[in-house]
Amino acid sequence: MGRIINVENISKNFGDFQALKGVSLDVSVGERVVICGPSGSGKSTLIRCINGLEEHQTGTIEVDGVLLDQSANSLSMIKSKIGMVFQQFNLFPHLTVMENLTLGPIRARKMRKSDAVDLAMEYLERVRIPEQANKYPVQLSGGQQQRVAIARSLCMEPTIILFDEPTSALDPEMIKEVLEVMTELATSGMTMICVTHETGFARNVADKMVFMDCGEIVETAKPDKFFTNPDSQRCQEFLDKILHH
Amino acid sequence: MQKLFIAIIFTILLSGCSGNWGWYVVNPTTDGGITNLIFLLSGLYYTILTSVVAIVISIVVGLIIALPALSKNRFLRGINRFYVEIVRAVPILVLILWVYYGLPQVAGITIDVFWAGVIALALSDSAFEAEIFRAGIQSVDKGQYEASHTISLNYIDTMRFVILPQAIRRVLPALGNQLVYMLKMSSLVSVIGMQELTRKANELVVTEYRPLEVYTILVLEYLVLILIVSAGVRWLENRLGTDK
Ligand SMILES: Nc1ncnc2c1ncn2[C@@H]1O[C@H](COP(=O)(O)OP(=O)(O)OP(=O)(O)O)[C@@H](O)[C@H]1O
Ligand SMILES: [Mg+2]
Repeated sequence: MGRIINVENISKNFGDFQALKGVSLDVSVGERVVICGPSGSGKSTLIRCINGLEEHQTGTIEVDGVLLDQSANSLSMIKSKIGMVFQQFNLFPHLTVMENLTLGPIRARKMRKSDAVDLAMEYLERVRIPEQANKYPVQLSGGQQQRVAIARSLCMEPTIILFDEPTSALDPEMIKEVLEVMTELATSGMTMICVTHETGFARNVADKMVFMDCGEIVETAKPDKFFTNPDSQRCQEFLDKILHH
Repeated sequence: MQKLFIAIIFTILLSGCSGNWGWYVVNPTTDGGITNLIFLLSGLYYTILTSVVAIVISIVVGLIIALPALSKNRFLRGINRFYVEIVRAVPILVLILWVYYGLPQVAGITIDVFWAGVIALALSDSAFEAEIFRAGIQSVDKGQYEASHTISLNYIDTMRFVILPQAIRRVLPALGNQLVYMLKMSSLVSVIGMQELTRKANELVVTEYRPLEVYTILVLEYLVLILIVSAGVRWLENRLGTDK
């Protein structure tokens, strides 16, 4: 399988604080990568660097053959290839669900409005909330909002989608519906990088598990090995904590 | 309640109609009184026109001045600070005089009373509008920019479709206050001869020599105008909703 993301030895500082210390990560086309690790370990920072939300200082990031430098051109090409779903949904509160979904296709992909609406309906059906199209985000439950956010990303038809703890802000009963949608997406062959501590989901869909601690990737393994017999002590300790809770 | 209050004040003042009082100058039952009242009210046109044109300009300028304040670039932020600090430091009346008498000489242009007044009011208000917009835009969660980034919106579209609609809803009450403030400040352009409410009153005082009565009518004119505008602003706020 072809390589679609190549992160090579990147580091990222916030002032004096080094959030990423020489991180490298390869992702193949269609691969599903799950990243976990303690709070503050740099998981969000890593995936935010990949889509240009944060600027890394050293090392290189290449996405689908495009080198991410801070030129407007490379950034806009990379943005168009990568979708992202946030912990806090980040829906546009003043727009309806339909408008949230069609804004990007109309303004950035220059689609006709009627085509964008059709596309949006298609994805709303895939996340199983077509009946909510004309509501505002506040009128929806957290789980529904996150599914709208996923649909909004999909409407841009990205080749890669990043998830940053998509279920952490949700009540337990809503986590399931979001994970179902994500699992379905995973089986459809989308390239995914998910930061999540949902071990069930990780075991089911991950092709590769990544464990981060203190700004470094400490362990990379297949899920079987990762959950049963990780090489590193730190990873084992972390798993003990989240599994026996 | 407000109407009752006004009526009571009016009655008290009218009760002094004998002696030194001269309500006849604005007595609507006499021809002379009617003429004077119409003369006073005719200033309404320029008061409203000046204020509305000035507020529109100052909102546009304020928005343009607010945007660099949000930049990561220190130089751009410096431009914003410089403009806001300078403009806020000049008294409105001084600015009006300078724009009317000074600017034509500096810029080598002719400028009529109306535009001099409008420009001075707009300029002076734009610094406040800029601060209002800056606060409003900064109150929008940074996740909104990040979401816009991930759906590939450029800067202009992000501002136009995502950030500003939310920011403007939040600053609407403050913008309404600025309009009311502008209506009041517009009385200052009477000094350069703009034929608005205050100027008309001043002129009538000169011919009739009845300052108490004429200025009382002037107070009532502003009072009614501003109560109406305030009610309009509140209605607009409710319609747009402060936040969805
Ligand atoms: N904008 C920022 N400015 C300064 N420090 C930051 C910034 N963003 C992140 N950091 C710091 O970088 C480190 C890594 O943050 P990051 O958000 O990537 O962690 P994380 O692994 O996603 O943690 P969590 O599980 O809590 O989301 C943290 O110590 C954080 O305080
Ligand atoms: Mg995080």
